[in-house]
Amino acid sequence: MPHPVMDPTLAAPFPKAALPMLRNTQLRKNVGHATDVIQAKRAHLVAEKTDWQQLRSAASAIRAHVLENLGPYLEQFESRCTAAGGVVHWAADAAEARAIILDLLRQEQASEVIKIKTMTSAEIQLNPALEAAGIHAFETDLAELILQLGDDEPSHIVVPALHVNRSQVREIFARRMGRTDLTDDPKTLADAARTYLRQKFLSIPTAISGANFLIAETGGVGVVESEGNGRMCLTLPRTMITLAGIEKILPRFQDLEVILQVLARSATGERMNPYTSLWTGVTPGDGPQRFHVVLLDNGRSSMLARPVERQTLKCIRCAACMNACPVYRQTGGHAYGSVYPGPIGAILTPQLMHLEHAQTLPYASSLCGACYEVCPVKINIPEVLIELRARVTDLERKQPARFLDPMFLGMRVANGIFASSGRFRAAQRLGRIALRAFTGKDGWIHSLPGLGARWTMTRDLRGLPEETFHEWWSKRNKPSSNSVSKETVAR
Amino acid sequence: MRTSLFITCYNDTLYPETGRAVVHLLERLGVEVEFRPTQTCCGQMHANTGFRGEAFSQAKRFVRLYQDAESVVIPSSSCVAMIRDQYPGLFEELGNETLRRDFAALVPRVYELSEFLIDRVGTEDVGAYFPHRVTYHASCHGLRALHLGDRPFRLLAKVRGLEQVPLENLDRCCGFGGTFSIKNAEVSSAMLSAKLTDVLATRAEYCTALDNSCLMHIGGALHREFAGMKTIHLAQILASTEAVPAEATL
Repeated sequence: MPHPVMDPTLAAPFPKAALPMLRNTQLRKNVGHATDVIQAKRAHLVAEKTDWQQLRSAASAIRAHVLENLGPYLEQFESRCTAAGGVVHWAADAAEARAIILDLLRQEQASEVIKIKTMTSAEIQLNPALEAAGIHAFETDLAELILQLGDDEPSHIVVPALHVNRSQVREIFARRMGRTDLTDDPKTLADAARTYLRQKFLSIPTAISGANFLIAETGGVGVVESEGNGRMCLTLPRTMITLAGIEKILPRFQDLEVILQVLARSATGERMNPYTSLWTGVTPGDGPQRFHVVLLDNGRSSMLARPVERQTLKCIRCAACMNACPVYRQTGGHAYGSVYPGPIGAILTPQLMHLEHAQTLPYASSLCGACYEVCPVKINIPEVLIELRARVTDLERKQPARFLDPMFLGMRVANGIFASSGRFRAAQRLGRIALRAFTGKDGWIHSLPGLGARWTMTRDLRGLPEETFHEWWSKRNKPSSNSVSKETVAR
Repeated sequence: MRTSLFITCYNDTLYPETGRAVVHLLERLGVEVEFRPTQTCCGQMHANTGFRGEAFSQAKRFVRLYQDAESVVIPSSSCVAMIRDQYPGLFEELGNETLRRDFAALVPRVYELSEFLIDRVGTEDVGAYFPHRVTYHASCHGLRALHLGDRPFRLLAKVRGLEQVPLENLDRCCGFGGTFSIKNAEVSSAMLSAKLTDVLATRAEYCTALDNSCLMHIGGALHREFAGMKTIHLAQILASTEAVPAEATL
């Protein structure tokens, strides 16, 4: 497999990027199996909560409230975090965030850092920037470690190595750690990772994390995780740098009561995630003594102004939408050309790119609605997808090259046809005649030219019947029409 | 009881037998059916592909055409979902207050077929006879947008001679998605392939649904593969009787 492209400015259009994934039988088996397992666990634990819909509504309301009052809450977070000994930095875009983090690491004279899984750092493509500056980042999340050692990229935001199975993990560890003694047993593999990582935790004094929550009321930061590697990173180093999107705010500590309940169930199918770390500024003699938070905008504030698209920022990154998505199930995450794959990625990535890139992602959905149904904060993803399709179409309308694009042409012609019933009837008659040439003796169409070939590549199409419903109705209800019995036979 | 049939553009053109079945079924139940000949399309294809202005003109057309109807029945769950879920946003965005109000008054009287039968006519047993093994495919819009729930199963349960076979992964999309099936034809085909595996595992004679667009997709692949299974709209099963079996209307 070629190295996955995770930069939306460079990625191929979704339909093209999906092709090698569809041909990869191992990947499809891994993704299908993993999403089935997570979905079954989630469904079981959601079913036991009789108040699940109320919890969803509460979580949705908290997140919507945050977005309506984001400015004041961010300022509150900044002042409380600063008062507790943290340093808050503001980054308008990815480049600024990278520069801030690099500058902080230079002050620390760091040549190595340990990292907790942070998708936001992948969003700003931090690791390559660190490497270029001579700083090596060690991923400490097991899945991220597997990907880093395997020279691979995340395909899922909660289970980044979801597309890799344990035999592949054994092979990567054997190759990169020199551990030829390993088996496919998960415990043996986890032990190998633990041995490898333990020396890093104990020897590297600088860490980078993401954040699940920024609590405005206390200035505190929260990270949830399953492995305990995060707890190591958050307690052992001298210096901690946390990178967080500005939308990660929760107003009050008490809001965790709702959010943690829906997050763990939706993300990993657990009642509570194994490790929840919360810290506020610095505490003398306990944990990191220098603490920085980099608040990243990178396109987020521009989304706030749009009432439909704004809900995208309610996301708490549980990934339930990708586990439920029948498109993601077939393609896995790499086809989306972004660290954010699946339905949430299909709406988030194009917006982070100001619709200048990733324009095919809003179309990477059959609008089946499975994502909306499982979303714990009720993001109406199909609604946002349709909104973004309208915006992409409006941009494309202005491009002269699109004027003769078959899809555009077809849509314009169809609109003219549907505007008048006379034209619609004429088009039906014309279509019937035109399609006759493609209709086989069995009455079915097996092959069509142009855009139609995109249909007939895998499906037949029944030839057009000799009589439309409208024609049948007109005949049947003609005032001069014959007796009922005759009509019943003609039926 | 009177109702106005909105047949939908693609049923009118590609699946007139579904429309004929709706008429025969409703008339048999004592409902007077009317058909307004100037109807065309609800605008779903344009809206879902991003052509919002075009969708708006079709939405406006729909409201104007049916605002005085006693009720409207539509044998296509995705078109009903378009009307219920997308029209309000379209009218609000375009700031057309009159249209928004007229729509709000009309929409409670717009029914998907199984809703009309159970909620409006108030019957589950429509007196149908269809002696075949049948599996029901729950179209995404019927399932998640309209929340049809067990309505189709209750209707099927009362059809004499019919044997229902449950479909695995009932809530999973067949991959049609309108222009998605063209723009992302390969991914759509992969989804269809997975659906076909479940459909064929039922060993049913017919796969039925409340949306001919899904059936066009599933049926297109069944035909391509000489799979020995047919698709049929639920309306045609419900219209079927001993005297006039559905096969005669296909």
